[in-house]
Parts: sequence; C-alpha cells; structure tokens
Amino acid sequence: ASCVQHRLVVRDASSLQLLQLYTCLDQIQYIEWSSDSLFILCALYKRGIVQVWSLEQPAWHCRIDEGSAGLVASCWSPDGRHILNTTEFHLRITVWSLCTKSVSYIKYPKACQQGVVFTKDGRYMAVAERRDCKDFISIFVCSNWQLLRHFDTETQDLSGIEWAPNGCVLAAWDTCLEYKVLLYSLDGRLLSSFRAYEWPLGVKSIAWSPSSQFLAIGSFDEKVRILNHVTWKKITELDHPATIASKNTIVYKEVEKSPTVDTERLSFPPTRELASSLFSTQSKYDISQVPVSLQYVKPVADRANPKVGVGMLAFSADNCFLATRNDNIPNAVWIWDIRKLKLSVVLEQLCTIQCFQWDPCQPRLAVCTGTSRVYLWSPAGCVVVQVPGEGDFQIVSLSWHSSGDSMVLLSKDNFCVCYLEREEV
Amino acid sequence: MGDWKTITVPVLSSDSKNIFSYTSERKISPTSMNSQVLRLSLPSSKNMHSFFSAFCTEENIEQSISYIDRELTTLGFPSIYAESKGKELNLISIINCMNELLALQHKNLRAQEEVEMQHMKLGSDMDHLQNCYAKLKDQLELSKREIVGLQERDRQLQSKNRNLHQLLKNEKDEVQKLQNIISSRATQYNHDMKRKEREYNKLKERLHQLVMNKKDKKIAMEILNCVGRADGKRGAWRTDKTEARNEEEMYKVLLSDYEQRQKQLLLENAELKKVLQQMKKDIISLLPPQKQKPKEKSEDGLVLSDQEEDTGELNKENMWELSCETVREQLTNSIRKQWRMLKNHVEKLDNQVSRGHSGALTEKDVISREDHELETEKLELEIQQCKEMIKTQQQLLQQQLTCDDDTTLFLQDCYLLEERERLQEEWRLFREQKKNFEKERKSFTEAAIRLGLERKAFEEDRGSWLKHQFLTMTADCKSENATTPSAFLRSKYLVQMMFLHSSEPDIRLVKCASRQRKPPSVLSTPVSAEPCQTSQYIAQNSVVSEKPAADNMPNLWVENDDKEETE
Repeated sequence: ASCVQHRLVVRDASSLQLLQLYTCLDQIQYIEWSSDSLFILCALYKRGIVQVWSLEQPAWHCRIDEGSAGLVASCWSPDGRHILNTTEFHLRITVWSLCTKSVSYIKYPKACQQGVVFTKDGRYMAVAERRDCKDFISIFVCSNWQLLRHFDTETQDLSGIEWAPNGCVLAAWDTCLEYKVLLYSLDGRLLSSFRAYEWPLGVKSIAWSPSSQFLAIGSFDEKVRILNHVTWKKITELDHPATIASKNTIVYKEVEKSPTVDTERLSFPPTRELASSLFSTQSKYDISQVPVSLQYVKPVADRANPKVGVGMLAFSADNCFLATRNDNIPNAVWIWDIRKLKLSVVLEQLCTIQCFQWDPCQPRLAVCTGTSRVYLWSPAGCVVVQVPGEGDFQIVSLSWHSSGDSMVLLSKDNFCVCYLEREEV
Repeated sequence: MGDWKTITVPVLSSDSKNIFSYTSERKISPTSMNSQVLRLSLPSSKNMHSFFSAFCTEENIEQSISYIDRELTTLGFPSIYAESKGKELNLISIINCMNELLALQHKNLRAQEEVEMQHMKLGSDMDHLQNCYAKLKDQLELSKREIVGLQERDRQLQSKNRNLHQLLKNEKDEVQKLQNIISSRATQYNHDMKRKEREYNKLKERLHQLVMNKKDKKIAMEILNCVGRADGKRGAWRTDKTEARNEEEMYKVLLSDYEQRQKQLLLENAELKKVLQQMKKDIISLLPPQKQKPKEKSEDGLVLSDQEEDTGELNKENMWELSCETVREQLTNSIRKQWRMLKNHVEKLDNQVSRGHSGALTEKDVISREDHELETEKLELEIQQCKEMIKTQQQLLQQQLTCDDDTTLFLQDCYLLEERERLQEEWRLFREQKKNFEKERKSFTEAAIRLGLERKAFEEDRGSWLKHQFLTMTADCKSENATTPSAFLRSKYLVQMMFLHSSEPDIRLVKCASRQRKPPSVLSTPVSAEPCQTSQYIAQNSVVSEKPAADNMPNLWVENDDKEETE
C-alpha cells in the first residue's frame, strides 16, 4: 500500500498491480496495515482524523475524529481491531475499538521516542507514563485492555522501552544524559539494572536478539555492549575505532567504476540511455587490505544530540550477526559475528548510510546510502545492485518483504520493488 | 754535597795559616750523613801538591814525622820509629802503615759510594712519592667537585618531582572540583526541569479539562458497521474474574518461559558434567602410573581414594540425576585436584627437560638421573640376561633333539615322521596281531565248536555203540523194564563221561582262554557263538558257586542235555 497525497493506493505485492484505490479527506501522513492485513488505517494528523479502509469490503469505511484533542500518532493494536491514537501534547492515548465502538483512555503517556510497545505475540502492551515528574510503566492485557501491572522506574527521564521477543522481559532505558538500562520481567519486577559509566552521554540505541538471549546497547561512546539473558551482565564490548587493524576482518570498500563509453557509438543528440549511463556512476566492491582507516567525521562539540556513537543496531534473523553503524563513521556498516563476538566484516560505502535492514529469513543485509544503488551483503559476499531507471532514484529507506524474496526501496517521491531470485538448489 | 770542614792541624802553627789559605773547608755534618750524598772528591792535584808540600817542608821534617807517628799510634798503627829511640824511621812499618791507610781509604771510599747510592735511591723514591701524592690530591679534588655537582642535580630533580606532584595534585583537585560542579549543575538542571515539567503538566491538565469539557460530537467514531473480532469471540466485561485470569495467564507465560530456560540449562549442565567427567577420566589416565602405586604419600593415597569414591559416587549420581551443591562441588574439586596434579607433573617434566638441556644439575637431579640411569642399566642387563637365557634354552633344546646345528628343524620333522611311521607300523602290527588273535580265536572257537560237535558225534556214536552193546547185552536178559534202560543208559553215560572228563577241561579252558583273550572291542564277531558261550559261562558259574570240585560233570551233562534238547 502506498499513499499519494490524499489517495491510498493498494497494490499487489508480487505484481504491483493496482488493486484498490481509496480517497481520504486530506493529506495522509501515516498509513499502517492491520495485523491480519484486512484493514489499513490512514492517519491525517493535521485534521486529527483516522480513516480505516477494508480490503475485503471496499465499501466499508470508518472514520475516527479526535477533534480538538489533535492527533500526533496512531497505530493498530496487535489484534487488528483497535486503534490507539495519541493526542496532541501527549495528553492521552485513546483506544478505539472497531468491534464495539467503545473508547478507553490511557492517561499521562510519556512523550518519548518509543512509548508504546507490544509484545511479539500481541498479548501485552507496555506504555511508558510520567506522573508528577516520575516515570512509570503500565502493562496492559491487549485482549480486554485491563491494567495488569503498574510500576515506577528508577529512571530520570525514560527514553524508550522495548519488549524482548519472548515477551517476558521489558528493557527500559534512560535519557542520553544518564546511561541506565533497566530490565523488568513481565510481572513488573526489576530483574536487573545496567550502567556502564556515569557522566558521558549514554544510550543511543538498543536491540534485542531474536532469541532473546542478548541485548545489544549502543551508546554515545562508540561502543556496543552486549548483555546476556541469564545474568544480565555485560559479556562483551564491541568497539568501533576508526582504523581497523585485525587480520580477520574483511573490509569491503565501494569503489567507483568509471563508465566505459564507446566513443564510436556516440551520437548527437545523445540518446536517453546513453545519457543516464554517462551520468550514473557504476560502482563495485573491492576488498581493502588491512589496516584500513575509515573516514571519520568529527562531531560538532557544542550541539545537542551529536552525531557520535552507535545509532543503528540490528540483529540478523538467525541470531548470528549484528549490524551497527557508528555515527562518527557514517559511511561504514560494521557486521559482527555473534557466535564469536568478533568483528567479521566492514562495508565502507561512498556516501552516508541511510538505512539498513536484515532479511527476515536469511542472514542477508540490505543497505542503502541515498544513491540509486542498493547494497546487499551475505556471508557469501556482497554485491551492488543498481536500480535501473532514468534519472536519479535516491534510495532513502528500504523494507524487506516478510518472505525475504523482495524488498521495497523508497525514495522521496517514488518507490520500487526489488525482487530477489531464489537460487535453484 | 759535602761540606768541607777545616781540619785544624794543631802542630803546625806557622803552616796552619797557609793551610787555611789553601784548604777549602770540609765539613761533614753528622746529622745530614744519611740524607746527603757524600761526595768526596779529592782536591785537585795542584792543591794536593801544595797541600802535601805545605804540610811537610824541609825545615819541619822531624816535627812532621813525629806528628805522623803520634797520629798513627793514636789510630792503632805500630810506630814508624825504629825500636831504638833514635830518629831512625822503620821503613817497613811506614810501608805497612801506608798500606793499611790505603786499604782503609779504599774501604771508606767504597762505603761512601754505597751511601751515595742509597742516598740517590731514597731521593728518587721521595720524588716518586711526592708525585703520587700530588696526583691523588688532584683526583680527590676532582671527585669532590663531581659529588658536589651530582648533589646539585639530585636536588634539582627532586624539586622538579615535587613540582610535578604538586601539579598532579592540583589537576586532581581541579577534576574533582569540575565533577562536583557538574553534579551540582546536573541537580540544578534536574530541579529546573522538574519545575518546568510541573508547569507543563499543569498546562496539559488544563488543556485536557478543556478538551474533555467539550464533549461535542466532534470527537466521535463514525463506523459503517461493527467489525467482528479477529478471533471471532465476543467482547467480555471487565470484572475481577477477568483480572484474576489475566494475572494467571501472565504468570503462566512467565513460568513457561522460565521452565523452558531451566530445561535448556539442565541440558547444558548435564552435557558439561559429562564433559567434565570425561576430562577427569582423561586426566587420570594421563597422570603417570607411579602416582597410583600404594607406596605413595598419604595425600595421594587419600586423593586416590577420593577419586575412586568420587567416580563411584558421581556415576551413581549420574544414574540418579541429582544435582545438589555438594555433588557439583565434589566434581569440580576433584577435577581441580587432578588438573593441579597434572600441572605439577608437566611442570616437573618441563623442569627436568630444561635442566637436562642446560646441564646445571643440582644434587637432586643428579641423584634422580643416576637412579634413572641405574634403573635403565639394570633393565638392560635383565634384558640381556633374558635374551641369553632364551638363547641357551634354545640351544639346549636343539642339542637335546639333535647334535647337528644346521638341520634341527629338519631333524625334528624327521623325528616326528619317524615316530609317526613307527607308530603307524606299531598300529599295523597291532592290528595284524589283533586280526591274528581274532582269527585264532575264531579258529579256536570253530575248533571248539567242531570239537564239541565231534565230541557230540563221538558221544553219540559211543552212546549208540554202547546202546547197541547194551542192547545186545540186555537182549539176552529179556526186556523186562522198558523204562529203566534210559536211566541205566544215563548212568552209563555218566560213567563214560567220567572218562572223558579229562579231555573236557582242556576244551573248556581253551574256551575260557579264548573268551578271556577276546578283546572287549571285538565283541561283535563271534556273535553266534557268544550267547551259547555266555550261557555256558553263566551256567558254569552258577553251578561252580554251588559245588566246586566235581561239578563239571553235571554241567556237561546239563549242556549235553541242552544240546541234545536243542538238537
């Protein structure tokens, strides 16, 4: 599904054939599929309206108006029948039920980057709250929205919460002024608290491993600390130095290939294909010899939220690899082997890395850097894929299909779907 | 340098002035005898002559002679005057005195030379010593100056050190101060933040109130029709029961997760325990067997017993799958002990190797090495002895079998073959003999049978003849009793049999002998004759038991009767 201005376009994923077309009242800011893929919600933040469309019955419609409360965020509940709207200024979260037309309110939600999280199995929801200058976490049962647990956290300013994939542990971390990660069990007990250092800037990003065995914490000191689920103690620190000296690491460097132009075939006026091929530069991967020094960007000292530290963390689906990006070295993706807890590969790109995502089925990483190329890495090797097309297609973000066979590449105005062929074994 | 002293000559008064004018002063200072080199230089010839001429002139010859005589006598020389108190001079004594004086002069000169030499030596020694002294003084001064310089440097460095320490302390204080500042600022910011947040909350509350007050139709949900729930169930009321159920479910989820984890951990534990046990076994097997001798120290013995106990216990434990603290501790402790023992052993081996390489042997090593060598020698000797023994035994064996050395095997084989052939021959002989015996027996039996038959025939003939005779005899007597003749015949027979008795035993003996000679394995051959013979034998035996001596007759009679009956 994609939205254009005020229209919602639904296409088939394998053929990109137009299936449905819906029109909303105003410009759509956010769309989300329901978990059973039967409904799509379109949030119009400016109007404070959420419109829900059904795929089975195109005639069915639903509109939720928040009125003067305003709308800041909207999302589905895991059962696909409730919509949670966060009103402006984070006054409250309204839970609208599509089945019963009933409304529930959650008061005092916290305005942080990740305040509402659902467990993977969709049973429980954790909401970060703040009352009287203290942080609390409430755990609700999603089936009937009953409050299960409500407990306070020892954080200064809770910055985010995340469930472990097994649904039994909730990780909560503090603002970047304080390095503190708290781990709570499902019933609200504090299992453990982790604090690596005191004064410098703290946690920047957090990721759970798919087996819930590890919790990777990326911080502003350019290090990733991995905790294990048995003792909740640090098992290792992964450092991101600017020079890589170890012999076991493979460094792939993106190198520009100058396009070969057949001078005989030049014609005037130049054909479109020729023009595009002239202007678009090809590139390929080259293996650099160790030691390699990577491009290092010195952060501006007196600005808030400096571009330092590990800002992007992702575990692969088979729990074997961890991909990180150190924001000082924005052109490189660091891939760590979790079984050996060592750095295995570094991908050095020409431009800043915008986004990367692991294939949900295999250990395959797709990286985009804002150019018209998508980069794929797997333990077998890495490849540069050029998006064919005219003009510039600057890939800003990408997203894998859940089967791992295709992915969507998004640029500012367009998107395209990249299909990956499966090898015939 | 010798100082010249005036030698006043008291005798010559008028000449003394001349002497004074001519002689240079000669002083021999007694004090500087040792330090000064006497240089006696004879005065020049001119002076000498003048001196000599000054002393004795033509006018004062007698005075001078008397003076000389007085001097000489005072010196211990004999007088130069002749014995008669005249003015005649004794020339001989004068010459002697002169000789003596010359000798004395020589001696004195030599002594003088020696003294001068010594004087020179001492002077040079003194020069040398003075030089040394000067040098040492210079060195001393130099070193004193160096010391002073070093002390100065030391002082400077110490002061620098103190300065640096001070700087460090200052820096540390600064850091501490800055940290304090940071913490105080942080608390201040927190306080300010809290204040602002409270304001913000108030605003939010106000806004919320406003929003909630405006319960207008704006906030509403417009839905075409209600959608069924995803799982098709109806919505439930929120009650306490549902709350309790929620709690239950939550705890179930948690518990299942914990149980899963615990199972995993148990599996891991079991695997690790297995691995540890395996390791323990390996370590025990690796350790040298010395340690397992019962002669070892008590510790090792205890350890061994502990090991055995542990292994026994742990095996049991594994069977029962208990995992209590004590068992775990025992296992780890025992493994640690084993590991330590192994480590010690390896270290000892390493040390031995390194010492062997370096060559520096301490007493212990010497002894152990010697012991080792002795043992190896002993073992080698033993081996040698054993080998020799084996050789000798082999030789003896060979000698026993043959005298030849070369073809012992052949001979053995030959012997075996010979023996086998001999045995075969013997077997053959034996078989032949057996056959012969059989034949003989057969013949004997046949003969016996024939004999028996012949005898029977003969008996029959005789009987018939007797009968005939009897009949002819009784034919005369008239046949009065028909019944009695048989009994009479019988008695007659008996009588006749008595005569034949002597021949019987032979036949019977032969029979017995043949029976006895018959080997038990060849029972099958005379089958037909067997039962008869056995019956005869049994009959004989049965009768023999009753009547020993003369019962052969009735047996024969019986058998004859049998035979008759059978026939």
